Amino acid sequence: MSTDEIPSVKQVSGSGIPVRGNDIDTDQIIPARFMKVVTFDGLGEFAFFDLRFDDEDNEKDHPFNEPQYQDANVLVVNANFGCGSSREHAPQALMRWGIDAVIGESFAEIFAGNCLALGIPTVTADTETIEELQSWVEENPDGDIDIDVAAETVTYGEKSVDVTVNEAQRKALVDGIWDTTALMKSNTESIAKTAESLPYVESA
Amino acid sequence: MSKNTLYDKVWDHHKVTTLPNGQDQLFVGLHLIHEVTSPQAFGMLRERDIEVARPDLTHATVDHIVPTDDRDRPFKNEAAEEMMAELEENARKAGIQFDDPTTGNQGIVHVIGPEQGLTQPGMTIVCGDSHTSTHGAFGALAFGIGTSQIRDVLATQTIAMDKKKVRKIEVTGELGEGVTAKDIILTIIRKLGTDGGVGYVYEYAGEAIESLGMEGRMSICNMSIEGGARAGYVNPDETTYKWLKETDEFKDDPERFDELKAYWESIKSDDDADYDDVVTIDGSAIEPVVTWGTTPGQGIGISEPIPEPESLAADKQETARRAQEHMRVTPGETMAGYDIDVAFLGSCTNARLPDLRAAAEIVKGRQVDDSVRAMVVPGSQRVKAAAEQEGLDEIFTEAGFDWRDAGCSMCLGMNDDQLVGDEACASSSNRNFVGRQGSKDGRTVLMSPLMVAAAAVTGEVTDVRELPKVEVEQ
Ligand code: SF4
Repeated sequence: MSTDEIPSVKQVSGSGIPVRGNDIDTDQIIPARFMKVVTFDGLGEFAFFDLRFDDEDNEKDHPFNEPQYQDANVLVVNANFGCGSSREHAPQALMRWGIDAVIGESFAEIFAGNCLALGIPTVTADTETIEELQSWVEENPDGDIDIDVAAETVTYGEKSVDVTVNEAQRKALVDGIWDTTALMKSNTESIAKTAESLPYVESA
Repeated sequence: MSKNTLYDKVWDHHKVTTLPNGQDQLFVGLHLIHEVTSPQAFGMLRERDIEVARPDLTHATVDHIVPTDDRDRPFKNEAAEEMMAELEENARKAGIQFDDPTTGNQGIVHVIGPEQGLTQPGMTIVCGDSHTSTHGAFGALAFGIGTSQIRDVLATQTIAMDKKKVRKIEVTGELGEGVTAKDIILTIIRKLGTDGGVGYVYEYAGEAIESLGMEGRMSICNMSIEGGARAGYVNPDETTYKWLKETDEFKDDPERFDELKAYWESIKSDDDADYDDVVTIDGSAIEPVVTWGTTPGQGIGISEPIPEPESLAADKQETARRAQEHMRVTPGETMAGYDIDVAFLGSCTNARLPDLRAAAEIVKGRQVDDSVRAMVVPGSQRVKAAAEQEGLDEIFTEAGFDWRDAGCSMCLGMNDDQLVGDEACASSSNRNFVGRQGSKDGRTVLMSPLMVAAAAVTGEVTDVRELPKVEVEQ
């Protein structure tokens, strides 16, 4: 079986962006009114919309508005990030804004699953480690962060810290089997065989 | 681990392989799509330049955003029109049949599949909608899926899944007068909890289930998800076959029917099948159930007192307190007499012909209470037409109900049919979450269609069994 088409995600590198706060739910990540849309395409600009803009569309203080973070791709958050509604629009909005990986204290399960479906690692570490990293990013917005998914380490500045990547997620990312579409598409022959064996399925 | 249940057999028949991530890859026999959850998946296919693998096994309808009054195009609501147009375009390009409102076949996705005979025993059926469990009433394995999974199915006609455990729920005895399938499922959810079914699929069995028609079985399977189970099913039997025989798929093709019947018989759970769990419920003890709170598990018999939060399990107390505050109900009292502003007869749980017939029976010769706005939203255009054939529309409109076009409507308030302010709604739908019917202060009381009819004419939650009979001149 060939799964060559799915990139393995062993490592993510780039600069960081800290979004502080516990229990940031998917409604905050992407407000429900932006879901009455037909593609995920433009969702990036609506990431954290209600936290970034007031009722008159004036910019509020939010890292996603700040110029020094506009090229960041590693989001650093706190506890229970992505809780609430299971909408896949949330990781889609983050990804389309430019996020390739999220480091946090903990993640809501469905959110982490939805991230995995996009090849986005959700890496965890303890409160202290996260807060130190967030402060470092604030002082070094251009500084490089290296996430080694396989080795479960994050390296930044002079420092390297241990992090956790859930085992199933790590295997899926590292072995390049996180994209179920590509994974399953490579089984064309077996799919056809199964279809043929079903009495109610007529040949295509 | 379960063995030789319908779930095991259908799973095995559809299993393509075990994937390296540990999940099984299953072939999908029928993929139903609607306007809200499919467009992004089509977008992802375009991004990757992948074609829809089996348009012939895919079927589209429009239900969530479709208006139930003026359906002239373009729809007045711009976002609704855009979603509709996108689905039209996606279906046309891929060669997928789309039951739009001009066809007379449009309706809620979980109503039209069964009524056209698309839904059959022993199939795997998926749709980007959690109430896909409805189709399990026919002995199909049917579950709701997310957007990435819709993409998987469009691209490969397969899905990656973990196998669940099987719990058999046996409902014994005969239902009392005025008690319906809805009351059975609300009782099950109340007893096992809204998360009781997590990790399970439910097999519904027993005399009280088997004596139900297909519509009642659908009401039960529909709300499996409210009980935490991603799928629920009833083994097919003569009632199932009788329904199928009369559908578009089989009415002119008795040979195909006979051929498939052998398969349908073969996938039924064996008498000595193994289950991971078995629960028995006495159906004869069930009375009409209404919810007092803001989750479908917060239900009680109409003659029972609303529970004191302190009397509940520790982890349920806080939600109960908040729910009672939101609903403005008093523990110790019954729900009978709770004032109603809106009566909604609709949704994929309870908007099929027998539901409307039974409600019309109650409404006949009566008037909707002055304080209530009442509406009937048939589950599909075919249900609507059949009801009109029988004159049910006249019974409802004469009583003061609004008789509308088919769609999800006030079940989730994605179109203009919404609660306003803190209105209380007697609803035949399946979810009473805060904000579900379009207003964050709205109050939803779930109940059977009979009970909605009774509430509509009295203006308050009413035990339908105590409503005096009206003599109607024939
Ligand atoms: S009627 Fe309600 S529950 Fe059923 S599909 Fe529509 S929105 Fe979902």
